[in-house]
Amino acid sequence: MADGVPGMALAEQPRQWGQRMAEALAGEQDPAAVSGYPEHPPRVGFFTDTSVCIGCKACEVACKEWNHVPEDGLNLTGMSYDNTAGLGADTWRHVAFIEQRKPLARQQAGLQHETGPDGFRWLMASDVCKHCTHAACLDVCPTGSLMRTEFGTVVVQEDICNGCGYCIPACPYGVIDQRKGDGRAWKCTLCYDRLGVGMEPACAKACPTESIQFGPLDELRERAAGRLAQLHEAGVGDARLYGADPNDGVGGDGAFFLLLDEPEVYGLPPDPVVTTADLPSMWRHAVAAAATLTAMVGIAVAVGRVSDRDLDVWAVPTGGAASVARS
Amino acid sequence: MAECHPVGFQWVMEAKARGAKLIHVDPRFTRTSALADIHVPLRAGTDIAFLGGIINYVLQNDKYFREYVVAYTNAPVILTEDFADTEDLDGVFSGFDPEHRSYDFHTWQYQGLAVQAASGERDQEYEDRGGQDRERVSAVREAGRGEAHGSGGAKIPSGSPDTDETLSHPRCIFQVLKRHFARYTPQTVEDICGIPQETFRQVCELLTENSGRDRTTAFAYAVGWTQHTVGVQYIRTAAILQTLLGNIGRPGGGIMALRGHASIQGSTDIPTLFNLLPGYLPMPHAYGNQTLDTFIEAESTEKGYWANMRAYMVSLLKAYWGAKATPENDFCFDYLPRLTGSHSTYETVMAQLAGDCKGYFLYGENPAVGSANAKMQRLGMASLDWLVVLDFSLIESATWWKDGPEIETGELRTEDIGTEVFFMPAAAHTEKAGSYTNTQRLLQWHHQAVESPGDARSDLWFTFHLGRKIREKLAGSTDEMDRPILDLTWDYPTQGRLAEPDAEAVLAEINGWDSNGRPLASYEQLNSDGSTVCGCWIYCGVYANGVNQAARRRPAGEQNWVANEWGWAWPANRRILYNRASADPDGKPWSERKALVWWDQEKAMWAGHDVPDFSAAKSPHYRPPAAARGAEALSGIDPFVMQADGKAWLFVPVGLTDGPLPAHYEPQDSPFRNRLYTQQRNPVRQVLPFRHPDNRLQPSGDQPGSELFPYVATTYRLTEHHTAGGMTRWLPYLAELQPEFFCEVSPELAAQRGLEHLGWATVITARNVVECRVLVTDRMTPLTVQGRRMHQVGLPYHWGVAGYTTGDSANDLTGMSLDPNVHIQEVKAFACDIQPGRRPRGPARAELVASYQRRAGITEQTGMEI
Repeated sequence: MADGVPGMALAEQPRQWGQRMAEALAGEQDPAAVSGYPEHPPRVGFFTDTSVCIGCKACEVACKEWNHVPEDGLNLTGMSYDNTAGLGADTWRHVAFIEQRKPLARQQAGLQHETGPDGFRWLMASDVCKHCTHAACLDVCPTGSLMRTEFGTVVVQEDICNGCGYCIPACPYGVIDQRKGDGRAWKCTLCYDRLGVGMEPACAKACPTESIQFGPLDELRERAAGRLAQLHEAGVGDARLYGADPNDGVGGDGAFFLLLDEPEVYGLPPDPVVTTADLPSMWRHAVAAAATLTAMVGIAVAVGRVSDRDLDVWAVPTGGAASVARS
Repeated sequence: MAECHPVGFQWVMEAKARGAKLIHVDPRFTRTSALADIHVPLRAGTDIAFLGGIINYVLQNDKYFREYVVAYTNAPVILTEDFADTEDLDGVFSGFDPEHRSYDFHTWQYQGLAVQAASGERDQEYEDRGGQDRERVSAVREAGRGEAHGSGGAKIPSGSPDTDETLSHPRCIFQVLKRHFARYTPQTVEDICGIPQETFRQVCELLTENSGRDRTTAFAYAVGWTQHTVGVQYIRTAAILQTLLGNIGRPGGGIMALRGHASIQGSTDIPTLFNLLPGYLPMPHAYGNQTLDTFIEAESTEKGYWANMRAYMVSLLKAYWGAKATPENDFCFDYLPRLTGSHSTYETVMAQLAGDCKGYFLYGENPAVGSANAKMQRLGMASLDWLVVLDFSLIESATWWKDGPEIETGELRTEDIGTEVFFMPAAAHTEKAGSYTNTQRLLQWHHQAVESPGDARSDLWFTFHLGRKIREKLAGSTDEMDRPILDLTWDYPTQGRLAEPDAEAVLAEINGWDSNGRPLASYEQLNSDGSTVCGCWIYCGVYANGVNQAARRRPAGEQNWVANEWGWAWPANRRILYNRASADPDGKPWSERKALVWWDQEKAMWAGHDVPDFSAAKSPHYRPPAAARGAEALSGIDPFVMQADGKAWLFVPVGLTDGPLPAHYEPQDSPFRNRLYTQQRNPVRQVLPFRHPDNRLQPSGDQPGSELFPYVATTYRLTEHHTAGGMTRWLPYLAELQPEFFCEVSPELAAQRGLEHLGWATVITARNVVECRVLVTDRMTPLTVQGRRMHQVGLPYHWGVAGYTTGDSANDLTGMSLDPNVHIQEVKAFACDIQPGRRPRGPARAELVASYQRRAGITEQTGMEI
């Protein structure tokens, strides 16, 4: 766990540690500061405004070019113009295309189909790693490969990842993925190498319509709120923000979205919760148990009634201790 | 536009963010439609009916910009009594010659003067000047003079035509226009295009409400709009509409041609076309005994900037032949090649098949996939002695001899093909310096970032060193035929390990210099006595002061909104052409909101945000004396300075081969009758030269056999691929985004033909048959045309047999039938059949096509009628 909260002294007392975990996994906070960067640049992220996405996929290509992400197969999926299908080890930006028989505000699609509801709209949205405030992938990484950067983003260090794969089921969005034939985990780095030299991520740079906006998260949230109000005023009642709320299940996303329909329509979970959300309470129980155990052992030693069998429990941390406590 | 020009589309999105309304007219619901306020699907090939309907709305409801129209267009001009319209003659104009399938323009003239050709076919009246050679004159017609003077107008004689500024004279152009389009009613539009009247009315209202003193509307089109047998007239219809609405020469107005390739505008400015010299100077014809003087006499105009044509031409000849070009030898005018007829890409294919054309250079072009009737392109190449292909990859045009579809069907055998094919790997744009000229005539310089790898070389390198070697081989020749090559100035400095010619040195020559070698700043400095050198007069100024003006990149925030310091636009760095029209006749902006240039009374100069496209000191109240010539002959209210009369032409008295006004004709292959005229198709479209067993045309309208091709097909590009795929299908990152050739059909058509989503379909025309995967999508809609439910088939044309992603080529289906002005192929609207399943293999492929031809009764005469 120390890997997930860099900068914390290993000698730290378990009780304090658990408390910090609890803080780290709930509500709004500054992830870089919590991760031990006393001074750091502002947290940055993406605001992806899908209402102006034209589905050109420049983000997908720019991402692959910059990050040397391999091509991952020629598959005509039949899902409209989306032949990428989803995020994965070899796709760090994915543009979804959704054809719907419903109107987009006052847009007139002009189609003259014989059956079915009138109205048509073609939604396009570029998906990416959310760079969660509370990132489960990072919490569960045993090697320290996944790290929180000074920009508040989450990055896999490819030279450290041992391919254990714990992060993959941990991600509530299904973003991080193991590469076939390689075994290591890969995902969007928010172009950490570009951020370090003052450049914006490749996808945002390539986006011709400013659908992908990069910048300090505070500014992006403010801009997104303004854009949302503008769209609502223009009659786009379906418009909503996704991942912008710091009080959601992941503490808000570093990469958040303006969507024109329910998240499920875009293949996004409606109410994502950091999968390590229960860890604090688990740890609290564990710490309590350990404390009780210590006390019990102390008493036992003091009264000189320790049996060989009781002492064996030290080899079994929590469960064993609990059983001692019960005995 | 979002599909094919996503980067340019950012400005549309910006306009939208500022409140602009976006109307998208397209048979398919595309990525552009997804962001539009209104998508107007229409039957492919019916745009003249649609736009003509809007023109009719504008005229009937007095929605035109009257002051603009009266002052700046030829609307008040009165025609002679000889003119007869398509309304009078059931679909043809007066002067139609059925025997030669051409028009005599003499009945389209202004009363009061015998007009000479303006924009385009200025040399049409060669006969009038005593030209005797009937064959030669007909060759001129075929040679597509409509492209010449792309920057200006054709010639009209001196004098002033009769006008009626009340626009009420029955023969004034305004009234002629009104009568011509009177039958293009909302009902007609609905019947022909399949656009419901309510939608049409909305478009008309949006357009007209957004045009006038305070507002302007822009049209943007991708070049598919031109790819019809009436392609030029499509653009003409848009030009008439925009002119009536006062949307030309003003900010936020205009008609933007979004070009398909980088620098495709540049490739007509410094042309790769057979009939043009740089700067839209026409290529001379093989008339007997033509001198520079008689050529200039025939081609230049008396008024406007084309009156200085001799200066442009002599300066060009000096750029070509330097010191060898002298007044005594007509500046080597005789060295220029001569045209003997049309030598467009399609005539070239026929010449290859006939054995007349023996060698072929392909610079970054893949006709085996990208040109109409791709099979004939391949067969033509199989008849060559030699073929040179310069490209990034082994494109289909370089490998058809071993893996082309005809090898698979057995129609060609590799061992029988005598063509020697040379493949030259090409440098990418990042590996060479040069300029792009795109929409808005904007030149933008790109610098070399890295040297090209291996044997890859730039096209500049290839051309320069090829010329150098040819000159070495010819050195010492005493054959007169070799003089034009040996006398060329061919001395560009080279640099680097690869001896790459210095592209800036070429730019400097294009810009030109004076007798002291000083770079010129403006084409107004060009002389006709041989004292100036200029490789392309309209580009003069791009290297002013010895500075590469095209390389300027001052950020938007550091200059005014016109951004004149980003790159350089021809002519004279003007960003909006004919911008004198942004001010009223007195020189005041039509409105503060749309102010661009204006007459500054105190300084007695034109001023403004943009460079005024007008003589800087010419007062709005200037009226030329009778003897004035050239620019002096244009008055202070003649904004269209390249036109011989300074006016925008609603009616084209001379210069177009297929009529002075646009009229709706059905595409070459169409499942519908022409609802407006008995005349089914453009009567002077180019089809006769392409009579060939592999270019069979189809019965149309209600002719027997047309029912075998009941669907309308259109070809197009996807964002993920570029044209014939040479730059994209070999790239894994792009190939994976659109990995297979597919067709797009509506759920209704899928049900009608039993097509399954992601299954296979076979598409058939009289030319060929292809197979593709099926995308059933709501984005394709049936339309009701002439009371009949009509379905369209969408076919992206990127694929071929080579590359990382492969597939059949949509252009195997298309035929060679061309616009008569500019010889562009009709590939955006044709009729086809579609069936479920894969196409036959081997000889059975051709047999399937033959069976359709038999059942439809197709012969070599089919579709060839007038």
